[in-house]
Amino acid sequence: MSLHTVYNASPNINDGTKPSRECVIRLENVWVTYRAPSERIGSFKEYAIRWMQGKVKNREFQALENVNLEVYRGEVLGFIGHNGAGKSTLLKLVARVLKPTRGRVWVKGRVAPLLEFGAGFHPELTGRENVFLNGAILGFTRDEMVEKFDRIVDFAEMWDFIDAPARTYSSGMWARLGFAVATDVEPDILIVDEILAVGDEAFQRKSSARMQGFREKGATILIVSHNMDVIESLCHRVVWIDHGQIKAQGDPAEVIQEYRRHQNP
Amino acid sequence: MAKISSSSIYDSAQEGPPAVRELKELFRYNYLLIQLIRRDILTRYKRSVLGIAWTMLNPLGTMIVLTLAFSRAFATKDYATLVLSGLLAWTFFAQTTNAIMSHMVWGSSLLKRIYVPRTAFAVAAIGTGLINLVISIVPLILVMLVTGVPIRASMLFLPVSIIFLAMFSLGIGLLISTIAVYFADVAEMYQVIIPAWMYLSPVIYPAEYLPPEIRVWVARLNPMYHLIQMFRTPIYEGRIPDLEAVLLTGAFSIVTLIVGWIIFTRKADEFAYRI
Repeated sequence: MSLHTVYNASPNINDGTKPSRECVIRLENVWVTYRAPSERIGSFKEYAIRWMQGKVKNREFQALENVNLEVYRGEVLGFIGHNGAGKSTLLKLVARVLKPTRGRVWVKGRVAPLLEFGAGFHPELTGRENVFLNGAILGFTRDEMVEKFDRIVDFAEMWDFIDAPARTYSSGMWARLGFAVATDVEPDILIVDEILAVGDEAFQRKSSARMQGFREKGATILIVSHNMDVIESLCHRVVWIDHGQIKAQGDPAEVIQEYRRHQNP
Repeated sequence: MAKISSSSIYDSAQEGPPAVRELKELFRYNYLLIQLIRRDILTRYKRSVLGIAWTMLNPLGTMIVLTLAFSRAFATKDYATLVLSGLLAWTFFAQTTNAIMSHMVWGSSLLKRIYVPRTAFAVAAIGTGLINLVISIVPLILVMLVTGVPIRASMLFLPVSIIFLAMFSLGIGLLISTIAVYFADVAEMYQVIIPAWMYLSPVIYPAEYLPPEIRVWVARLNPMYHLIQMFRTPIYEGRIPDLEAVLLTGAFSIVTLIVGWIIFTRKADEFAYRI
């Protein structure tokens, strides 16, 4: 799926999709502190020696500092900021992968991260087996997967290859199948962390139409991207994160302008 | 297109012990367990001609080599059955604990991107081990038939032995993988410990072969001593183990599992910060 094609499919933001006022994600005074040893101590032996010498020093790194954020149902929210600012950390909190060091994260609904394509696929298994495995990783039951299976393969246009091992697939085929599994049922919250365009043009159009459909049906979408055009055209609201703090948020055009001014003073 | 569990709420500040919460989550993700076990079984021998038959041939091959090498040295009757029963129990322990650890250290890319219960990979590794163990009981029975070891009803006790073994292995696996997340070289250390531990357990020799004063200490300090005996006695000696031994082995297996589970689930939230 390409963000560009999503953009093309939705040239006009005021297409009647308005977020409701129902809060689905709430971050309250959230801190994420990574405690890294100031020197890399990778081995137990080394650690034991240092510890006896009293030389184990930890350096603290604040990935997020006192972040407060509310996201409403149906909102398309963009995150911008330089690399390492804390954007992906924030998405990990929402996806339940990371727990905040302090503060509270509250999420209502099924969260579907759009995995890097192929993550969770096993090359030796067939496409069919991978669809079920991937579905299980996303938290679906067997019955749900049986019910979804035909639609998934239809959408990915993979009927001819579905019983061949995934190692024989092209990267585009992995991508199509992965996208189809992740998006077959509209997730309440979709997380898109800078995904590169894959699949041919026809499939990109198809996947962007599906994304657009989610938007119209009121799914909440969180997007991280360095492509300001995509962010500006797609999002209802933009959050600028800098050094673990929310520097600005609000109207996409304004926040992006402020961000750009900050980048090139 | 049905919407599923759209009312599910995640709250990072929720109360309750993590060990219990993890158990509930794991139950909810039971289909993932089945899929992970399926993946492990299918991919292990996917490209080999003999396929799943290797699960039976592997211990059989080792048993033949060991029998040729040691059956005189240990001068014990029915050495093939003795060594094969020991090997099956030991292999289960060594393979599952290793698999649990390698899933946490190297297979963590998925855990960084998407939420799944973190014990899922460990429990699935035990499931895979159980299936392999049950399959390899077939060649064991074959060997017993060929070498004329009587197959007795006491073998019906084996499920109990296997459950104890599985609980202990899961507990140890969770404990060492918790440590391995923080110190990667624990994985290497474990590769050194495992063979040493095997030779200190009555795997390739009968327990009676140990000098009495050493045997007392092995029995006191080495839990695998009891687990192997628990597995071997119904097969090799054709009798159910003493009640005292059963209670003791069951008790420390359960305690190991509970301790491993609690420590792992308490630390699991920190894993994403580390791996």
